[in-house]
Amino acid sequence: MRFVLEKRPAPSRLMLGLTPILAVIATMLAGGVMFWALGANPVEAIRTIFVDPLFDPTFASYSRPQLLVKAAPLILIAIGLSLGFRAGIWNIGAEGQYIIGAVVGAGVGLAFYPTESRLVFPAMVLAGAFGGWVWAMIPALLKTRLGTNEILVSLMLVYVAENILASVASGLLKNPEGRGFPGSRNFARDYPAASNLELLPGTGMHWGVIAAFIAVIAAYVLMTRHKMGFAIRLTGEAPRAARFAGVNPTRLVVFSLGMAGALAGMAGLFEVSGPAGQISIDFGSGYGFTAIIVAFLGRLHPIGILLAGLLMALTYIGGELAQLMLGMPAAAIQLFQGMLLFFLLAMDVFANYRIRLKTREAA
Amino acid sequence: MDLGQIDPILLLASLMVAATPILLAATGEMVVEKSGVLNLGVEGMMITGAVVGFAVAVNSGSPAAGFVAAALAGAGLALLFGLITQVLKSNQVATGLGLTLFGLGLSSLIGKPYEGIKAPSLGKLDIPLLADIPVLGPILFRHDPMVYISLLIVLGVWAGLKYTRAGLVLRAVGENHTAAHALGYKVIRVRLAAILFGGAMAGMGGAYLSLVRVPTWVEGMTAGAGWIALAIVVFASWRAGRVLLGAYLFGGVSVLQLNLQAAGAAIPVEYLSMSPYLVTILVLVVISLRGKHGAPGSLGRVFHATT
Repeated sequence: MRFVLEKRPAPSRLMLGLTPILAVIATMLAGGVMFWALGANPVEAIRTIFVDPLFDPTFASYSRPQLLVKAAPLILIAIGLSLGFRAGIWNIGAEGQYIIGAVVGAGVGLAFYPTESRLVFPAMVLAGAFGGWVWAMIPALLKTRLGTNEILVSLMLVYVAENILASVASGLLKNPEGRGFPGSRNFARDYPAASNLELLPGTGMHWGVIAAFIAVIAAYVLMTRHKMGFAIRLTGEAPRAARFAGVNPTRLVVFSLGMAGALAGMAGLFEVSGPAGQISIDFGSGYGFTAIIVAFLGRLHPIGILLAGLLMALTYIGGELAQLMLGMPAAAIQLFQGMLLFFLLAMDVFANYRIRLKTREAA
Repeated sequence: MDLGQIDPILLLASLMVAATPILLAATGEMVVEKSGVLNLGVEGMMITGAVVGFAVAVNSGSPAAGFVAAALAGAGLALLFGLITQVLKSNQVATGLGLTLFGLGLSSLIGKPYEGIKAPSLGKLDIPLLADIPVLGPILFRHDPMVYISLLIVLGVWAGLKYTRAGLVLRAVGENHTAAHALGYKVIRVRLAAILFGGAMAGMGGAYLSLVRVPTWVEGMTAGAGWIALAIVVFASWRAGRVLLGAYLFGGVSVLQLNLQAAGAAIPVEYLSMSPYLVTILVLVVISLRGKHGAPGSLGRVFHATT
C-alpha cells in the first residue's frame, strides 16, 4: 500500500484558499519548536508575535498604527510582483527598484528644498515611480531584446542599487547641515512640503497606505475585467495557447516588470519621506524580498495579497515586540517568514494533486 | 593613485582564492541543473555553509571538520528543497527563492555568537618543487588545500559527466525526464542525489568564504556570491571547463576592484564595489546574444510519473 499523487485537471479552489491558513498554522507550530529551542516559552512567544501587537493594552496603541505602516510597502510591492509571477516572469529585484525609486524621488524633493509648494510631494511620488520603472526596464529590455535571464539580472541590480544608495547617502544627497554624518535631510522633520505624514492621527494611515489600497483594487479590476489581465493569466496557465491567441510576450514582459518597478519605486518614496524619514544606507529593511513571500502567501491574488501583507506586517511588529520582551534575536523572525513560504509551497501539492491511497494491484 | 602598489603575481595568486567559493558552488549547481532541476537557493545554502563551517571550525579548532560540517549543512538545506520540489512537486523558482530567504535568516540566527572571532587557519600546502618555479610557483602552487581540492572536483565532475554511466544517466534525466523514466531510470532519485551534491558544494563554497577568504563570520557575507554562481553556470553553457573559466574570470574582477580600492583609485569605492555585479550582467547579456545555448531540456520542469 502506498500513496500516489494524481494530478487534478485544475487546481482545487478550496485547497488554494485553505492551504495558506494551514501553512500559517504549521509555521506557528514549527516556530513554537524553534522558540522553545531558543529558550523561550513557545506559547508566550507566539502570543507575543500574533496577539499582543493588536490587543495588549500597553503596546497596542503603538503597534496598531504600525500595522498599516509596515503592510503598505509590502502590499504595494507584492501587487506589482504578482502580475509578473502569474505570467511566469520572475522579477526578484524589487528591493533594487524600491531603493532606486526612493533615491530618485527623494532627489527630486531635495532639489526643490526649501520650496513650500503643494506640488513638491506629488512630483516626488511620480519621480519615485519613474525611478523604479527605469530600474525594472533594464531586465525587461534585456529580456525582450536579447533574451537575457530576468531573474539573475534583476537580482544583480539589487546589489548595484545598494551601492548607489551608499554612494548618494554620503555624497550627492547628503545633508549639507548634517555635521558630516551620512544621510539626507530629514523630510519628516525639516521639510513639511515633501513629507509623507500620518493623515489621521493614531491610525498609521499615510499616502502609501492609500496607494496600496488603490493598487489592490486596480489589480483586481485589471486581472478580472481587463484584456491585459486575461493575457497575464493565460500566459501563466498555458503559454502556447496564449501565443496562438495573439498575446504579445514582449508587451507582457514590459508591462508587468514596469508596473512592478513603478509600484516598488513608489513604495520606496513613501517609506523614505515618511516612516524612515531620510535617505540613509539602511532605510530599506528588506521589504522588496519579504514582498515575494507576501505575493505567494496571497496566492498572487489582489485580495489575498492584502491579507497576506497585513499578516506579514504583524510578524514584523510582533517580532520586534518579541525582541524587546523575550530577548528573541531579530533573525528568528526572518527565519519564521522563510518557514512560512516553505510550508505554503509544500502544501501546494494538495491544491494541484489528489492524494490517493493505492493498494498494490495484482499484476 | 599608485598602480605600482599592485603586484601582478600577488594579484593572480589571490584571484584563485577569490574564485574558489564561486567555483565550488557553481560546479555543484551545474550538476543540479544538468539533472534538470533549477535550484535558486544557492545563496542560502552557501551562507548556511559559511556559518556552520565557521562555528564548527572555531569550536573544534579544525578547519577540515568545518568544511565537512558545511557540506552537511548545505546538503541538509538542499534535502529540504529536494523533498518539496521533487516529492511534493512545488514550483522550483519559488522554492529556491524561499530557500535563500530561509538560509539568510537561519545563518544570522546561528552566527550571532560568532561575530568578531577569527577563524583557525587552514594553512598552506606548498606543492614541493613546483612551488619554487619563479612567477608560476607563487601564482599556482602555494595555496591552501581547498584550492586544489576544488580543482580536482571540477576535473572529477567533468570526467564523471562525460565518461561514466552515472553521468550519462544524469544527463538523460535532465534532457528528457519522460524518456529517461520510460527507460527505467529513477528520475526523482537521480535528481535528489544531484540536489544533495549541489547543496554540499554550495555549503563548502560558503565555508571557504568564512574560513579562508575573509576569514571571519559577518552577517550576509556571501553578498550575492550564490547568485553569481548561478550566472556562471549560464555563462558556462553547462560545461565544467567553462565554469572554471567563468569563476576565475569573476575572481579576477573582484580581486582587481579590491586592489584598486586599496591603491586609492580615483573611482569612488561604491562604484568599484558594484563592478562584479555589473560585469555579471554584462556577461549574461553577451551570452544571451549567442541565442539558445545548451540548457538541459527539462530544466526547471516538474516531473510527475503517470505510470
